[in-house]
Amino acid sequence: MDKVMSNKRIIALYVLPSLLLILAIVYIPIVLTGYYGLNQWNGIGAMKFIGLDNYQALIKDKMFWNSAGHSLMLAVFSTLSLILYLVIAMVLSAKLKGVNFFRKIYLIPMLLSSVAIAQLWLKIYHPTNGILNSFLESIGFANPPAWLAESSLVLFALFIPILWQYAGFYILIYYAALKNIPASLEEAAKIDGANAFQIAYKIKLPLAMEVIKVTIVLAVVGSLKYFDLIYVMTDGGPNGSSEVMASYMYHQAFRAYDFGYGSAIGFFLLIICLIVTWIIRKLTATKDTIQYS
Amino acid sequence: MMPGTAGQLRNGNKSSGAWIASKLGYSVLYIVLSVVAILQIFPLVWLLFFSLKNNQEVFNLPPLSLPMNPRWENYEKVWSAGNIDVYFFNSVWITVVATVLTIVLGSLVTYAITRLKWKGSSFVLGLFMVAMMIPVHSTLIPLFSIFNKIHLIDHPLSLILSYVAFNMPITIMILLGFYYALPREVEEAAVIDGCSVNKIFFRIVLPMTGSVIATTGIINMIYNWNEFIFVNTFISSDAYKTLTVGVQNFIGQYTTDWGAIGATLMISILPILIAFLFLSDRIVEGIAAGSVKG
Repeated sequence: MDKVMSNKRIIALYVLPSLLLILAIVYIPIVLTGYYGLNQWNGIGAMKFIGLDNYQALIKDKMFWNSAGHSLMLAVFSTLSLILYLVIAMVLSAKLKGVNFFRKIYLIPMLLSSVAIAQLWLKIYHPTNGILNSFLESIGFANPPAWLAESSLVLFALFIPILWQYAGFYILIYYAALKNIPASLEEAAKIDGANAFQIAYKIKLPLAMEVIKVTIVLAVVGSLKYFDLIYVMTDGGPNGSSEVMASYMYHQAFRAYDFGYGSAIGFFLLIICLIVTWIIRKLTATKDTIQYS
Repeated sequence: MMPGTAGQLRNGNKSSGAWIASKLGYSVLYIVLSVVAILQIFPLVWLLFFSLKNNQEVFNLPPLSLPMNPRWENYEKVWSAGNIDVYFFNSVWITVVATVLTIVLGSLVTYAITRLKWKGSSFVLGLFMVAMMIPVHSTLIPLFSIFNKIHLIDHPLSLILSYVAFNMPITIMILLGFYYALPREVEEAAVIDGCSVNKIFFRIVLPMTGSVIATTGIINMIYNWNEFIFVNTFISSDAYKTLTVGVQNFIGQYTTDWGAIGATLMISILPILIAFLFLSDRIVEGIAAGSVKG
């Protein structure tokens, strides 16, 4: 058995195509991003090695810190919205009829492309003909704002479709986790006189903690690299008030043709994502995992 | 006495007030769930409605009024005039090719990791899993310059290679749990009968993984169908663009015709919605499997 299963040629044949592909498309580019970041380069001409100049410029770049701040706000907002998703999943996990139907309906927005969602919400937010302002006017607001054109409102206006897009995804994850909790625990608690809130808070929440940690990592890292929807809806505007790290990188590289500087931002983004993942995992690490079977 | 019956007895002793309270509680829960469902679905219903109207009807009639004479010509118009037909077929074939490749390559690797005996297997698995944490954007500039050097910019292969590589980790992760759970007895018997590894994999193992392949296939298709940033960066000619970017450009040119925009968006999301209608359980299962284990 072992002899057949350790045939080197077969192993190479099975593993190498995927391994080479992921090295070529993911790992080598990561190393190159770090290297390009040390150069002055417009993407076409010759590269000029300039050491850490790009990174020094990055530290002094107010626009960059603005965009990093927006990414951070998005991360905080997304993490907070997890609470809402968890509550909805808790409601779903109560033994109700038609739960499957609701769960599937919630999931639909996340199946759609960010471009389609962005275009749809552009129409919802349209200052004069959009459904939101038509509604606000009909209930008596004389001059509703142009949501995406005002620096003070634009981030908030972008949060709403993001909340809408990911609701089903997180609700589904939480629901699956809550369903995994054996019914016997809940029944035992009921016999001991626990009410629905106590069961949710003292039993379901702690047992779903592992999954909650995973979703926090997903939400934070997802927010830090968020791009598509913002790129389509506002392109970072007005005046950079909705620029995030990924869109700033894109603009520097593919609009300003500063590939060196863009790469420095890309490398920074990578490091931030890896560090944040590591920190969250450390902070939320439990010493003893809960067994419930 | 069983614990369950004790609970039921105690509940049974409660007054009818408690019964009404619990009925009320359930109604509140249903109201919460319904409000969320309406919020999730409402923008899409509005989109469907305005895709069947002209501008005058969109702006002058109440938003949720049914289109009096559904204007299917909106769909006809954009299907050919906006190049949407070309983008649509590009999306279809690129999605299918990338998905099939990802599943075939992913299955081979997963089999090698879970069943074959070799030294670097856990290291290689680690490489795939760490890749899941790497933001696509951090690889974008080097990928652009690499593809540029080997003349794959504005070539569908640049998309296919990127899709396969970036979807490989999640695909392997979903497959992994399934492969670990597969019984080994059949394979052992096959080895004793003198079967080769290839025969075992293609004749025995692969056919046993049909259900998980369907799940990963759906997940891959949704990702590939909706992918935006690679197409936007690597592809410049209309002949190779996919729907996400094509839709974006088309709408950029016709910002005022809401019916046409609605029809374009509907065309771009319909295939996924139809797939969802038939395969929703698989999709739900796949998304749950793919994320919870992370």
